[in-house]
Amino acid sequence: MNIFLISILTLLFIGAISAVILFFVSKRFQVFENPLIHQVEIALPAVNCGGCGYPGCHGFAVACVSAESLHNLVCTVGGKATMENVANILGKTASPVIPTHAVVHCGGNCEKRPRNNYYDGVSSCAIAHNLYGGETGCTFGCLGLGDCEVVCKFDALHINQVTKLPEIDEEKCTSCNACVKACPKSIIELHNKGIESHRIFVNCVNKDKGETILESCSVACIGCEKCMKECAYDAISVTNNLAFIDSYKCTLCRKCVSVCPTNAIVEINFPLKMSKSFEN
Amino acid sequence: MGGIHPKTYKFSAGKQIQAAPIPNQAIIPLGHYLGGPSLPIVKAGDRVKVGQMIGQASGFVSANVHSSVSGIVNKLDSHIDASGYNVPSVFIDVQGDEWLESIDRSIEIGRECTLTSTEIIKKISESGIVGLGGATFPTHVKLTPPPGKKAEILIINAVECEPYLTCDHQLMLEKTEEILIGITILMKAIQVEKAIVGIENNKKDAIDLMKKYAKSFAGIEIMSLQVQYPQGGEKQLIDASIGRQIPSGSLPIEVGAVVQNVGTTFAVYEAVQKNKPLIERVITITGKSVKNHSNYRARLGTPLANIVDHAGGIPEDTGKIVAGGPMMGRALVSLEVTVAKGTSGVLFIQTPEAARKKMQNCIRCTKCVVACPMGLEPYLLMSQSERSMWTEMEKDRIMDCIECGCCSFCCPSNRPLLDHLRYGKSSVGKIIRNRQTKK
Repeated sequence: MNIFLISILTLLFIGAISAVILFFVSKRFQVFENPLIHQVEIALPAVNCGGCGYPGCHGFAVACVSAESLHNLVCTVGGKATMENVANILGKTASPVIPTHAVVHCGGNCEKRPRNNYYDGVSSCAIAHNLYGGETGCTFGCLGLGDCEVVCKFDALHINQVTKLPEIDEEKCTSCNACVKACPKSIIELHNKGIESHRIFVNCVNKDKGETILESCSVACIGCEKCMKECAYDAISVTNNLAFIDSYKCTLCRKCVSVCPTNAIVEINFPLKMSKSFEN
Repeated sequence: MGGIHPKTYKFSAGKQIQAAPIPNQAIIPLGHYLGGPSLPIVKAGDRVKVGQMIGQASGFVSANVHSSVSGIVNKLDSHIDASGYNVPSVFIDVQGDEWLESIDRSIEIGRECTLTSTEIIKKISESGIVGLGGATFPTHVKLTPPPGKKAEILIINAVECEPYLTCDHQLMLEKTEEILIGITILMKAIQVEKAIVGIENNKKDAIDLMKKYAKSFAGIEIMSLQVQYPQGGEKQLIDASIGRQIPSGSLPIEVGAVVQNVGTTFAVYEAVQKNKPLIERVITITGKSVKNHSNYRARLGTPLANIVDHAGGIPEDTGKIVAGGPMMGRALVSLEVTVAKGTSGVLFIQTPEAARKKMQNCIRCTKCVVACPMGLEPYLLMSQSERSMWTEMEKDRIMDCIECGCCSFCCPSNRPLLDHLRYGKSSVGKIIRNRQTKK
């Protein structure tokens, strides 16, 4: 019995001494952190995606608290509501959030862009890109090995096993920019979300000349400039045989879609009866 | 240090170099693996002769490109090359075979060279000569040492350590004297008194022949080397021949050595003595199932399909076609790829050998560490590359990697070490270049 008592008393004694030491140490070496940082951090989505350009949500919170105004500080995941919360906590005004979306600029599925060789190396786009141009005749298009799928923290992006192209779930996409950075071919871009997510974009990134590219892909942009001439709002430009639609100038009139000879310009989320089917 | 001993499979050794058929349309690439692409100086509809310049060097580290055929320029467009990407190329519809008058086409050997060092280097630069070993680094850049550095010795790389390939071996047997004259020209260009020709001892006939002829040339030593891959690497060859090691991140000139490939030497001879720019090269067509193993002298821009057809077509059990040797060559996407300055051969690999084996876990056997000729730790670098640890990779000297593939070759778990190392090297290289431009 005695031995138990001694053990318990000894442990209690050590515990008490340690508690006293810890108390004084914590007072002496206390690091002051602005309590606002903690408050802001709680208001943030806590996914640490890095989409804001800062290392995680804590880094963003520090930046918000230390910045003079919230200009250019945007949490893309939380969006408008979160930024207004943060602004309330800090007593500053939130900068306007323009909602964006990740968009894949390649429509070359297995049917439209046939394979001419077979890659059996490491299943990573970055490594395949380092080795050669890809399994099809188009050296600009999607490799389909899914580096974007791996980096997506929101389960918003998946490689469609039929088309071998990434598909983005617009509900889940937070435009955190991770897939944009991961894609070695720079196929994915962030676009203005637009009204009711209606969007028109050039579904191709190939910069080859028209006759070369049509040998390998039937839905490629051939740089014919028809869409540029059709556009009344100066939203389309063609450089290096590739059209680009400025999503901030585009008024969604859809005239360019119908003139494109290769169906490289696609419209999505428009009411079904009006639109040519996207899958077609 | 390091190295491996793959089976050599030199089937095409001793096969006479034959002229490859001139194609109906030559597609001459203007891009190079290293250095800036050349700028085209012809336009569609122009008539060109063999040896006429069609692409101008776009900077110091770039090379001129000359027409290898005579005919009319069809168009300037991009065409796929051995890298698997489209590069700007000149398409020429062949008409006849009309050479520039300035080119000396006689078979007489020109022995006298009266040009000075700078004149020789200028001539080499004008003739568009690049390293024919495969890296296609412009030769005139190598021959111009940076200020404050002085070359002491010229080393000729006649090792041909890649299995299967025999183009350099055959060239040495057929053009022995020309090569030795080329070496004296190069010695004059960099003002050195001594040259060593390194040849692996599986090419006994070439060693004997070179030794016999070398007696009448001052300062040229023929050195027989043990068979080992990758002895044809610049740094490995310098170590093997003169026992000097190059510090990490430095060039061979740091230890006073200039290394040139033996094929380049022959091209230098032709450029200086015969006024002939680099318009053709020797390539080997080989593989286990190939019936006619052959060495061809092919004009640049000839589609590989033409040469392969001439050699008897693609064997039925081919799983992969490689441009270059099996260790460092690149798998081809199509045979529409044309002969470029760096194409040393076409190799047909049988289907069972071509497939990658299933990758297993690293068992820490350190075979890759033993095999690495640069003293790196490939297993560690691979796991760093998988985790994007670029800073650590730079510290572990990824930039010293010569991409020889010894690590992947000897890995018992079939791990794709080389793929990850290459990716890491290119990523770290980009970071370093960005840092330098910021400064």
